[in-house]
Amino acid sequence: MAKVVFPDHLLVHTGGEREIEVAAANYRDLLVALEERWPGVREPLNKAAVAIDGQIYQDAFLEPIGADSEVFFMSRIEGG
Amino acid sequence: MAEAVDYRYVGTSPVRPDGVDKVTGRAQFGADQNLPNMLHGRVLRSPHAHARIKRVDLSKALAMDGVRAAVSGADFPAVESGEIGGEGGGDVADIARNVMARDKALYHGHAVAAVAATSVEIAERALEAIEVEYEALPPVLDVLEAMAPDATLLDEQCFTKNLPEKPDKPSNVASVMTLARGDLDAGFEQADVVVEGEYRIPMAHQGYIEPHACTATVNEEGKATVWCCTQGHFEFRAMTSKILKWKISDLKFVASEIGGGFGGKTVVYLEPVAVLLSKHAGRPVKMVMSREEVFRATGPTSGSVCRVKVGAQSNGKITAAKAWLAYEAGAFAGAPVMPGAMSIFAPYEIENFLVEGHDVLVNKPKVAAYRAPGAPQAMHAFEVALDDIARQIGMDPLDLRLANAADEGTQAPYGPKFPAIGFKACIEAAKKHPNYTKPVPEGAGRGVAAGFWFNIGMQSSAEVRINEDGTVIVMEGSPDIGGSRASMGLMAAETLGVPYEQIKTYVGDTESTGFCNVTGGSRTTFATGLAVVQACEDIIAQCKSRAAATWGMDDDQVEWQDGQAIPAPGVNADVKPLSLADVAASAPKTGGPILGRASLNAQGAGASFAVNFGDLKVDPETGAVEVLSFTGIQDAGKAIHPAYVEGQMQGGAAQGLGWALNEEYIYDANGVMENAGFLDYRVPVASDLPMIDTQIVEVPNPSHPYGVRGVGETPIVAPLAVASNAVRDATGVRINDLPLSPPRILAALSGE
Amino acid sequence: MSKMHIHTTINGDQVDFLGSPQQSLLDALRDEVGKLGTKEGCGTGDCGACSVIVDGRLVCSCLMLAAEAEGAEITTIEGIADGDGLHPLQEKFLEHAALQCGVCTPGFIVAAKALLDRDPNPDERTIRYWLAGNLCRCTGYDKIVRAVQDAAEQLAHPA
Ligand code: FES
Ligand code: FES
Repeated sequence: MAKVVFPDHLLVHTGGEREIEVAAANYRDLLVALEERWPGVREPLNKAAVAIDGQIYQDAFLEPIGADSEVFFMSRIEGG
Repeated sequence: MAEAVDYRYVGTSPVRPDGVDKVTGRAQFGADQNLPNMLHGRVLRSPHAHARIKRVDLSKALAMDGVRAAVSGADFPAVESGEIGGEGGGDVADIARNVMARDKALYHGHAVAAVAATSVEIAERALEAIEVEYEALPPVLDVLEAMAPDATLLDEQCFTKNLPEKPDKPSNVASVMTLARGDLDAGFEQADVVVEGEYRIPMAHQGYIEPHACTATVNEEGKATVWCCTQGHFEFRAMTSKILKWKISDLKFVASEIGGGFGGKTVVYLEPVAVLLSKHAGRPVKMVMSREEVFRATGPTSGSVCRVKVGAQSNGKITAAKAWLAYEAGAFAGAPVMPGAMSIFAPYEIENFLVEGHDVLVNKPKVAAYRAPGAPQAMHAFEVALDDIARQIGMDPLDLRLANAADEGTQAPYGPKFPAIGFKACIEAAKKHPNYTKPVPEGAGRGVAAGFWFNIGMQSSAEVRINEDGTVIVMEGSPDIGGSRASMGLMAAETLGVPYEQIKTYVGDTESTGFCNVTGGSRTTFATGLAVVQACEDIIAQCKSRAAATWGMDDDQVEWQDGQAIPAPGVNADVKPLSLADVAASAPKTGGPILGRASLNAQGAGASFAVNFGDLKVDPETGAVEVLSFTGIQDAGKAIHPAYVEGQMQGGAAQGLGWALNEEYIYDANGVMENAGFLDYRVPVASDLPMIDTQIVEVPNPSHPYGVRGVGETPIVAPLAVASNAVRDATGVRINDLPLSPPRILAALSGE
Repeated sequence: MSKMHIHTTINGDQVDFLGSPQQSLLDALRDEVGKLGTKEGCGTGDCGACSVIVDGRLVCSCLMLAAEAEGAEITTIEGIADGDGLHPLQEKFLEHAALQCGVCTPGFIVAAKALLDRDPNPDERTIRYWLAGNLCRCTGYDKIVRAVQDAAEQLAHPA
């Protein structure tokens, strides 16, 4: 099961849960699992960036997720 | 850690392809586009910082000789809230209302109406004929006052976002955010020393030398072409499409050369107005801002109040850190407080921390991105507090940073673990640097600080075309703001194995090349570079297969080496290698023109860390600060064109020092900026600065074929605290606020 | 509004144009004569992007009226290179990567030319003070100063 962590600003969408364990083969499946758990969470998650095992994706899609992956949702970064 | 590799072209500093045009005056910038039959557009701006707009009457202006069109908020469609995607300065409904005020003017200088006339003079006289009835409201100018529960509201529909409970009352606090880890109280209990302070920095402007400018022409079919200076013509097209509710295919955007942006040209101001005026008038319309308009109505970055508390043990180990950040968003939500919060502790491994951030509306211009948006303000506060810790425990400031430095595997405060990063390498380089090992000059003080920026990837496209003679055209869509055409050419040369001189790089308009996000966030060399490399790899694959067909081999029996197709090792064939020119010459027979392409959404931009230090001297009589020397050390991952990397580091240092020492938005009580010109908003000039020494550290980014991290953002971050810490070192007096202008220094020295 | 007939020599060519009485030389150069290499950064004499040489004197063309240029000899950025090649200042700006966005570059090159015309061997301090009227927001001036030093060197000792 991968460890999935949400930042504070997304906790309103996860019923206050900060960290959960989810089994998912890739990012697309992870979103499906999370949406099932918390209907409506997909939209704010789609606006977030995500780090999978240290690699930051502004837009993840089919990136694989391993059994001991660490997945961190975070704010998107812009720049000057 | 990946090994440093020696390349043939990557890592050299040749002359840029657009260079000759830029030293001879040929290059076309935003204001240089003139069309036959062209009109001139000007904008009427609000004289109030906060007012309800009761009525706008354009009729007298429209009746004037030579006036061909006039528009106000009522001529623009209502725009629903939504994101532009990628990057673009916030909510599109806000951008629409920033481009042209509707029911409320939210800052002094907010666009209220616009006219197009046969000359600039007539257009300006027409502005005076426009009647606007305002109901003036009290302006909200101070970020802390704006946060007070009884403050005048800018937007009665603004309810603070991200609170655990949906608030029942509107507020000027557009959103809050927190980042936390560990046990703060326990952390402070372990501390031997604790430093606490409040640090204020006023708004500052990007200060690009070229004012915003565009020329738009709309034909009878309703198709528009817009020439403008922009960091991202594709995003300008998207914003204009949403603000006017036009189809994207009806809008063609051509990026002119751009005279600086630093984040400030990532969002539209004039373009939708010019398109609408041109549509109404049936003639091309050119709009160019004055410098005063640039100051009053574009840019700036957030003014801020940052409160920091940090605890450390006497061995230098940071045990707990806490930060409270309030950033001015200006008139619409979207201060870069989130990246500020995410970056403030990023260079360090800290177990117990809490950051609380606030995005606060005030009656000032809507902030725009400015180089590492949000990081300089917050990191200034923390790097100053760390300097005080170092003093209290008697530790060298570099050693203090080394003792806490983040490294590969450190969990970043914003979540993930860092991959390979170069912060420790930068600190080590600083400790050995001759400018650091030499004593501080008599009467001066030395300041040290760290800098950081995430860097971003995002979407890019590139096409590579091989001409009939084997010369190469690289076509991409990232406006070249500091020599990126040269970097693209170098990466293409390296990948294809052909000389740099054989390659020409073009920045295409929105209809001649694929989508690219803005040139910003230090993404261009990384992401567009990646697209160029992949498009070149596409070319190589095609050339190999054409060579294989020519030789009667399988594709995998051919290799590409030094710009030639050769039989793979072990393949026995008596054939002459085929150069790119050979393959191009025979292209008509082997399948037609050779065209490579790539489009991608680049992931894995590598964070870039920096250590800066400088020796500054304070004149106790005048309060003036002289920068005696300044050294920037930064991890570039890999410097594709080292001279331009140095240039980014030097330019960022100058901007950071300007912000630290002089630059600030000064407001009167009515919310009118008092120094809207380069005379009173004083950016550094040549005689203010010494040579700026640089050292490029290269810890390659594993996500880029040449290891690129992106360098443009980070250099502005550290100089703010370098200046503060050096002035503290020189005078013995700690001044928390910026800028360290002569009056502030004199006041501090006299103990006021 | 009646226009005035103004006679000038620009980059060696005789150029006559019609200008309005309150028009700046900068606007006239850009809008009437088509010399778009001269840039406007501020219009108030604070940035130097509009630098031109008028009768041997470096001026901010945004601060001078077109009418004041009657009979004058004007050098703009377009007149710095001679027919067969770049001026050493232009070459050195390119070699030293002394431009990033390049919008300040015409002004810097014209101003530096005016400096080297009067002082062929300026030290760093002189260069920095002479160019203090020209703003560059991109480079931090380091590479610009080096380019001017190097150009002076080359003009003194042509290879
Ligand atoms: S435009 Fe003339 S000095 Fe700035
Ligand atoms: S190179 Fe951009 S202002 Fe000088």
